[in-house]
Order: sequence, then C-alpha cells, then structure tokens
Amino acid sequence: MTFTPTELEVEGVTGGGPGSDPASASPPPSGRRLVRAFLRDRVAVACSVYVLIVILMAFTAPLLVKLSGWGPLEFDQSAVDPNLGGIPLGPAGGMGAEHWFGVEPGNGRDIFARIVYGARVSMTIALSATLLTSVLGVVFGLLAGYFGGRVDMVVSRVMEFLMAFPALIFMIAVLSALPAENRQLLLVVVISFFGWPYLARIVRGQTMSLKEREFVEAAKASGATSAQIIFKEILPNLASTIIVMTTLAVPGYVGTEAGLSFLGVGVVPPTPSWGQMIASSVPWYAVDPAYFLIPGAFLFLLVLSFTVLGDRIRKLAESGEVAA
Amino acid sequence: MIRFLVNRLLGMVVVLFLVCLFTFLIFFVLSPDPAVQICGKNCTPEAIDQIHANLGLDRPFWTQFGTFLSGLFVGRTYGTGANMIDCAAPCLGYSFQTSQSVTDMIVQRLPVSATVAIGAAVLWLLAGVAGGLISAVREGKFADRFIAGLTLTGMSIPNYVLALSLQFLLVVTLQWLPFPHAVSFMEEPGQWFANFLMPWIVLAIGAAAVYTRLTRANVIETLQENYVRTARAKGLSPGLIWRRHALRPALTPIVTIFGMDFAGLLGGALITETVFGLNGIGKLAADSITKNDQPVIMGVTLLAAFLVVVGNMVVDLLYTAIDPRVRVGSTA
Repeated sequence: MTFTPTELEVEGVTGGGPGSDPASASPPPSGRRLVRAFLRDRVAVACSVYVLIVILMAFTAPLLVKLSGWGPLEFDQSAVDPNLGGIPLGPAGGMGAEHWFGVEPGNGRDIFARIVYGARVSMTIALSATLLTSVLGVVFGLLAGYFGGRVDMVVSRVMEFLMAFPALIFMIAVLSALPAENRQLLLVVVISFFGWPYLARIVRGQTMSLKEREFVEAAKASGATSAQIIFKEILPNLASTIIVMTTLAVPGYVGTEAGLSFLGVGVVPPTPSWGQMIASSVPWYAVDPAYFLIPGAFLFLLVLSFTVLGDRIRKLAESGEVAA
Repeated sequence: MIRFLVNRLLGMVVVLFLVCLFTFLIFFVLSPDPAVQICGKNCTPEAIDQIHANLGLDRPFWTQFGTFLSGLFVGRTYGTGANMIDCAAPCLGYSFQTSQSVTDMIVQRLPVSATVAIGAAVLWLLAGVAGGLISAVREGKFADRFIAGLTLTGMSIPNYVLALSLQFLLVVTLQWLPFPHAVSFMEEPGQWFANFLMPWIVLAIGAAAVYTRLTRANVIETLQENYVRTARAKGLSPGLIWRRHALRPALTPIVTIFGMDFAGLLGGALITETVFGLNGIGKLAADSITKNDQPVIMGVTLLAAFLVVVGNMVVDLLYTAIDPRVRVGSTA
C-alpha cells in the first residue's frame, strides 16, 4: 500500500533497519566510497535520473508549457469530438505535434501541461511533508530518547495514539471537514501530523542506546550541556538512519497526496495533480485509456523510483556501517 | 496474565474514548452547520435556531459529546414531538441527507466490504508467505531477484492505477472477465468470483509485497540463528529444521502485522470499492465525502478506528500466546 507509513514500520521492525543496530554508532563510512558504490548500481542511477527529471519538470513548468504551446488551464474544443461526447480526436487520446500527450476528453485541456504542473504540486507536497515529518520526528524522538522519564512517557503515549489511528480515513475525514482554501498547506500539515511517529520511534530507540555510550559519558564528564550532547554527539550518529527513513518516506507521501486528491479531498481543481487527473479519468477509462495511463505511469514510476532509491540507500548504509 | 489483560483492556478503552473525543471535536469545530443543510433553501434564522434547539446543537460541547457517547451504548432520539427520529443502540449518528441512521447504512454495506476484505487478506497472506519462502530458499538466485522486482512494483503501484489498468486490460481489451455487476453467490458462483477477483488482487497486492519481503528477511535471519546451527549439527533432516526451527519464529511477526493490516483494510477499501463500484463501506465513505454528509464520514471514521484499536489488542494477545519468548509483563 502506498498510502500508509506502515511499510516503513515494517522495514524498521525486520531488524534489517539500522534502528536496531548498535553498530550504527560507529563513525559514518566515507562518503566518496558510498557514492561510487551507488553509481555502479545501474537501477539506482536510472531511478535517480527519473526523479531528477520530474524535479526539473516541476521547476521549469512555465518554460516547458511555453514550448508546448498550451497552458494547464486552457481549453481546446477543437481537439475533442463533440459528436462523440468529447472523446479526443486522433490516435491515443489525441497525441500529436499539437498536444504532446494528448488532451483531456470533454474539455480538451492539454495533458502534457497538466502533467508538468502536476509534478510541481506532487513534489512540493511530498517533499515539504517529508521535511516537516523529519523535523518533528527527530525533535520528539531525541527529546523522548534523551530525557526519558516523564517526557518520554508523554511523547510515547502520543505516538502510540497517533499510530493506532487509521491514518488514511482520518486524513480524509479531517480534510473533508476543512475549508478548501490553502489545500496544499493543509495536506502537508495533515500528512506530517500522522507521519512523524514512525521516524520518532526509531530515533528514540537509537538515542536511548547512544546516550549510554562512552563518548556521551566523556562529553558529560567534560561539562557539556544537554544541548551540546544532543546536537554534537548524538545527532551526527543518527544521520544515516534519518537519511534512510526520509528517503523511504517520500514515496509514501507522494502516494498519499495522489490518493487523497484521487478521493477528492486533496488538491482542489482546477489546479492539476496526478492523483486528481487519474480520478477524473475514471469515467473515460474504457474509451480513452491514455488519459489514465499517462498520469498513472508518471505516478507509478515516481513512487517506484523513490522506493528503490530508499531501499538501495538503506542497504548501502548498512553495508557501509558494517564494513567501517 | 489477568492483570496484563485488564491493563490492555483499560488501555484500549482509553484510546477508544480519545478517538471518539478527537473525531467528535474535529467535526464539532470544523464541519459546516448541519442545520443549514436540513433547513434547505428559503431558510430563516428562526428556523435554524429551532433546528438547533431540536437537535441539541445549541448545547455546550461536552453535553453534545455526552449525548453522542451515550447514543453509542443506549441509543438516542433526534428532535422532539412529531418529527422525532429514533436511533437505536449503537447509534453512530443520523444522516439527514439520506434520512437513515449511520449504523443502518454501515450494516447494510458490511457483507460486501467483508467479502472484499477477507478475500484480499487470504490472497495476500498466501502470496506473501509463499513468495517470501521461495525468495529465502533461492536467496540471491534468479527467482529471488525476480520476486524482489515484483515486490517493489507491487509496493509502488497506486491501487487505483492498478485497478484501472486491470479493468482496462482484462475487461475491455481481452474480455476475460465480465464487467462487474452485483450477483449473489448462491445464484451465480462463477460470476460472483469473477466480480470480486479484481478487487481482491488490487487490495492485496501492496500488502502481499510487504509480506514477501518480511517473510524473506525473517526466514533468512532465523536460519542463521545458533539453535538452527545446533539442529543442523546434531543431524536433523533439513525438512524437520525448516518446519520445527525456522518457520515458527520466522512467521510469528507475520501474525502481528496481519492483524493490524486486516483491521486497517477499510482505508484501502475506500479506493478499491470506489473504482470497482462495489457498494461497501469504503464506497459509502467516499460518496459521503462528495456529498459532504458529515455524520456518515464520522461514523465510518469511528468504525475504522475501532477496528484498528481492537485489531492491535487482539494481535498483542495472540503474540503472547504464540511466541513463548515474549513474557507477560515485559511487553513494553
């Protein structure tokens, strides 16, 4: 399931995750060696290239749309056949020199332009949610793990409570009750609100074992404050865990945004988003399959790329740590 | 053991109470005034006040929440006099748009959702464990890498994209499956099976992928344990080692996440049921979102939360029963 963060939880529980590994306190492996190992992996490189293309697409959306000649909100009635209920003229959903990826049936909006602008929305939301989740997860995980006692109890109870929630249904309920303004911001907030415990739990566990180690004791003995210990001694040792967990979180959030938009509680039309495009293609799937196949393929490849990347980075981090 | 049980039960009640409170609060604060919906067009402020008074919407938050909670256990009535509507015991609310109690609406759609959920669960459990075992046995070989590729694909494909693709491929292009329409199992079992086949696959695929990876990792890890080496050293046959020493510890975690995933299925069913037009609880929720029928959304949310919380609890109990390493009391 691309929706819930449970997949991360599973990965964390398998014991393969660096969370359970006390060896992760050893010095981080040299960056250059990891990069070289990564570049040798052709699948990983292909995935990175695709992710970069999508990011580039998102950044240069206005330029690309100028090149193709049609904006994401422009109707082109000449590209659809009004006698057939608005099915696009021409093969494969109206693909051709005029509309590169064809047009939407009914109103004739350019699919290329909507894909490009949709990439903006998807990436913005997924990356912002990842950032916010990471900050929340690291802060609360560190607090709970380092200070223990009452702080830990409160944070842990809140985490348990949030993880016991059926996140998707609850997100839908909250979003459907909220007003439609500022949807993108709301999506980020709601996704992060339910997402942070999964990272915080692992950070907490690692912090708890790290703070018992000699170097923390040494820092304490030499008079370091709690803040210094947390930021200078513990946080650097958590870096690989945090990187792995965040990379694994991105595909989940891309999927969640698309799913929520698919259900009509995400990004509000006419702003394009891939999930929403797929949702509007449902009534047309039999007569105009290109309409769902194009955004579907873009979305699937993006989630797949991030998943593969997260997987590979995790393996690299583990092998690097063991070797180092 | 009894103390553990009581503790868990109390914890569950607290979480359920908080879930109710949280859900109620969100809808209390955020949702538009239901009185405006009931009143319709040409509404006067007096009429709205009247509806507020009738439904108790003018009361303070805690009173309304109390009424809602007691409605869950003993039922409640909406309105007064001739317009009085009775809502029997587990009263999750009343949909003024469809003039039905939310509980009734959910119960009517339960069979379809249960069929989808159980079928999908059986499918993903079988596929996941089988796939994981094959991968573990053939570790590093072609079959392992092939399955690894499949699981990554399965984890990444959004279920509505898969649903539309399958429907396009199997129903429209190849015409292997008939177009889904409602039939009862008794009349046409073949058609019934064909109807549910695609929803089962779509709902199961993500979980099947995760279970495959989990099973593989667990089995490989277990086979490296000292007691497995001991068993090998004392000359036990490989089959016996697999059955007695490897599978049981390797599959225990599967039970844990299976309970939680099954309880959390309602979320996935939302999309699957909508795409395939199956009239289950998920579709009910999705339709209510489009119609902005808040009581129904709230009812389904509570039901989903209830299932997850109870699922977690059952899993915890099962876990202590299955895995002798988990000692009661040390389950932090």
